[in-house]
Amino acid sequence: MITPYTPADWLVLLPEIALVVVAVVLAVLDVSYPQLRRTGGLGIYAGLGIAAAGVLGIVFAQPGSDRTLLFGGMLRADLFAFVFRMLVIFAGVMTALLSSGVRGVSRHGEYFILLIGACLGMNLMALSADIIMLYLALETTSIAGYVLAGFAHGDDRTAEAGLKYFLFGAATSGLLVYGLSLLYGFTGETSLAAIAAAVRDGQVPPAALLVINMLLLAGIGFKLAAVPFHFWAPDVYEGAPTPVTAFISTASKAVGFAVLFRIMSVTVPASAYLLPLLAAISVLSMTLGNLAALAQRNIKRMLAYSSIAHAGYVLMAVVTVSDLGTAAVVFYLLTYVVTNLAAFAVVIIFARVSGSDEIADYAGLSRRSPYLALAMLVAFLSLAGVPPLAGFFGKMFVFAAVVKAGLIWLAIVGVLNAIIGIYYYLIVLKVVFVFPAPEGAASIDVPRVYSFALAVLCIGIVLLGTVAGPWFDLALQSAQGIY
Amino acid sequence: MSFPLLSAITFTPVTVGMLLLLFPADRHTEIRIAALAGATLTLFLSIWAYFSYDISLAGYQFVERLNWVPALGISYYVGVDGLSLPMVLLTGIVIFTGVLISWKIDDRPREFFAFLFLLATGVFGVFVALDLFHLFFFYEIAVFPMYLLIAIWGWKVTREYAAMKLTLYLFIGSVLAVVGALAMYFAAGLNTFDMLALQNANFPADFQRFWFPFIFFGFAVLAGIFPFHNWSPDGHVAAPTAVSMFHAGVLMKLGAFAALRVGVMLLPAGAHYWMPWIVFLALINIVYGSFVAMMQRDLKYVIGFSSVSHMGLVTMGVASLTPIGITGAGLQMFSHGAMTALFFACVGMMYDQAHTRDIPSLGGFGAKMPMVAVAFIIGGLVSMGMPGFSGFIAEQPIFMGVWAAGQTTSQYYLGQQYSWIDLVAVIAIAITAAYILRAVHQVFFTKLPAEFEHHVGDVTIMDKVALGVLVSVLLALGWYPAWMAPLVASGAANVMAILQGAAG
Repeated sequence: MITPYTPADWLVLLPEIALVVVAVVLAVLDVSYPQLRRTGGLGIYAGLGIAAAGVLGIVFAQPGSDRTLLFGGMLRADLFAFVFRMLVIFAGVMTALLSSGVRGVSRHGEYFILLIGACLGMNLMALSADIIMLYLALETTSIAGYVLAGFAHGDDRTAEAGLKYFLFGAATSGLLVYGLSLLYGFTGETSLAAIAAAVRDGQVPPAALLVINMLLLAGIGFKLAAVPFHFWAPDVYEGAPTPVTAFISTASKAVGFAVLFRIMSVTVPASAYLLPLLAAISVLSMTLGNLAALAQRNIKRMLAYSSIAHAGYVLMAVVTVSDLGTAAVVFYLLTYVVTNLAAFAVVIIFARVSGSDEIADYAGLSRRSPYLALAMLVAFLSLAGVPPLAGFFGKMFVFAAVVKAGLIWLAIVGVLNAIIGIYYYLIVLKVVFVFPAPEGAASIDVPRVYSFALAVLCIGIVLLGTVAGPWFDLALQSAQGIY
Repeated sequence: MSFPLLSAITFTPVTVGMLLLLFPADRHTEIRIAALAGATLTLFLSIWAYFSYDISLAGYQFVERLNWVPALGISYYVGVDGLSLPMVLLTGIVIFTGVLISWKIDDRPREFFAFLFLLATGVFGVFVALDLFHLFFFYEIAVFPMYLLIAIWGWKVTREYAAMKLTLYLFIGSVLAVVGALAMYFAAGLNTFDMLALQNANFPADFQRFWFPFIFFGFAVLAGIFPFHNWSPDGHVAAPTAVSMFHAGVLMKLGAFAALRVGVMLLPAGAHYWMPWIVFLALINIVYGSFVAMMQRDLKYVIGFSSVSHMGLVTMGVASLTPIGITGAGLQMFSHGAMTALFFACVGMMYDQAHTRDIPSLGGFGAKMPMVAVAFIIGGLVSMGMPGFSGFIAEQPIFMGVWAAGQTTSQYYLGQQYSWIDLVAVIAIAITAAYILRAVHQVFFTKLPAEFEHHVGDVTIMDKVALGVLVSVLLALGWYPAWMAPLVASGAANVMAILQGAAG
């Protein structure tokens, strides 16, 4: 099963190698050309570099049809991992571009290097086929993430966000590694495939498996920001620099699901209670996330709770344990990453001019900047799941998977939650489109980098929402062979 | 491959809407002219489709099909039959007259027309859909622009409340119908959302009985069925004129049409089981709606509740499950669509000048705006089902259909009461006459209050053209129904073939 090492294996890791190179080049540029710090050029170069890594990946490192375990079984370079890696790289590019004009981060080369480090870690998380590798990748991601969340100096809220993220992250990471060590202790294996076989054979006593499941769930639930591991999310989302929030809420969550699938393939067959438990987490995440989002006045907090709810929607499809369900998850995450990045892009652009994240301050945005308001309309309606935007197909595929699995009650809970979502997204749009702008409010200029990023994201949303066929085929192919 | 007429009809509005967004925001006149050009083109295309349909062949025509998400059997699949084609024509007429009547909108006309055109695309998409997923896709496109159109350009007093209420009602209905549709898709096991294939899926009877209410009521919310009609008058009243026209004129038909196309045609055994109850609910719609309309002081609420009442007739026609009843329902959808658009247009024109819709404080408008008075009275005569107007052509078959259903349906207790239901429903016609004539008298023929003496004048040429188009449609259908009735009857025959297959 494990493919013997050949030098060609390195080709598979081309995007990750490129990321490392870009990080080094960026460090050199940062030191040698101090004027880059002033112009916001670092963000653009970082974005271009990460994009180049993605292009290299797509051109040279596409996975073959055979699922290959590489580097002594450490990595599993299948299409599923590939899709997530490209998704992370896409989110990384957009985050870098969106960071290029944000005070407190845009002038620091190390910020972008950390961002690339987080991308690298996430890519490796998606690739991991071994618990050692998995944990290493996870820590790479997390440590970069903790620093990023607390990056902006001199702001108490961002320091609090960084610390909170770190404390929650470190605690859940500890639980996760404890769970992984128990798995190793009972089976004597570190490869996920070998552990899965051992679990199926009953080498792990059911009671121990229960404990292991809970520990792993806590570790991954933190990444997903699923209830009841969601407490950090609103504060961190609110306090962290907004581009970092965008990155954490999209790439980090998406990769969390990739890891969930890898781990689930190990333990689900032997733990009958796990799926009902995940269903319960899904229902709680949706419902609590949506209800709490209703009450928010700060748009970043609202998006935090909405992202908790979205984790709940995705978990619905996870629970079905089917190819259709996995494909629905992959497709949903594609749409969600693009959409949420667009939503945060609007928040970033607006905050640059107004300095505020309060929803009430968005009043009259449609008069101050009609196109920014339209972009916001596209992003928020896509989050709400309205056609012809990406979120519609995402939700439809999830509901399809759930109905197919016969979980009608879950589908009904899901669609009713979608209605709550529509309500609070529309409330924000009401402020934007209906309310008058405050006296003397200036129009909002959008720098060219931001226009470009936002245009890419909005076109992506519309494309995913209209020409959904090829994307869904990709999701379906990547889903095959996960279990 | 022939010219993709239905795709052209569906996508012309949205294309024009997107082009409008490229105009500079302050070029109001150019934006209006471009919008009118787009609407005229749409109307022209829908007239073209209407008159090139070959009734001797019947069935679905102008069919186009493209794979959309092949892995799940979702396709872009359009075609029209005798039931949907009049609706396409109606939508073309309403979008054209709606643009004319919105000429005076000064607050962000660019966005207004863009959203209105997006709405129109959604509506066309549903009427021509032959794929269930395709239908939902466009159905939801048709629902959400309503929120913005009402909340931004609506009546300041209630617009935010009404817009949100409408949106939530309609989305709740549609997502429940989505669950039902997905259940059908997987139960059929055909791996396709093609409605023509799903018609032959032979779902088990208890499956149909369970899911029919989800689908039927999910859509019928939009048709204003009792007890889910509550959003509708509020929405009508809060909406700006063109949106009220669109909303009452076309969108409510969308609900009835989708309930028929998806609910009745895909779950015929469920329809047989539930329909006697739905006839009863429709009766409440008809009678209760007319009584509530009678009680209103606000002219727009009168029209709003009269829509609830008249849409009850559509539901009743569908629920009779007889060829003549369904034909009547189809005709009523068209007739009521044009009529209620006309009403809302008239009310909007009066409100623009008088700034009130309170019936007792209006008066004497007949002398100031004679054409509006004539149009409103013609609309009123249609509304009360006067022979010679389209309302009579549409409502008569519905009553006949329910009566006929009473003769043939014997397995249900309620079925035997159909003739009584007919008699009670006819009361509503008398009530309609009462509230329409009362409003006509007060608004147009009493003395003009002094406060309106100076600032109320005649309407613009744009308004007159719009009224003229709507009135001529109503009269044409009243005097010479043969240009539409056989077409609708052919569509109804198609439905009946499916229903009889299920009964037999």
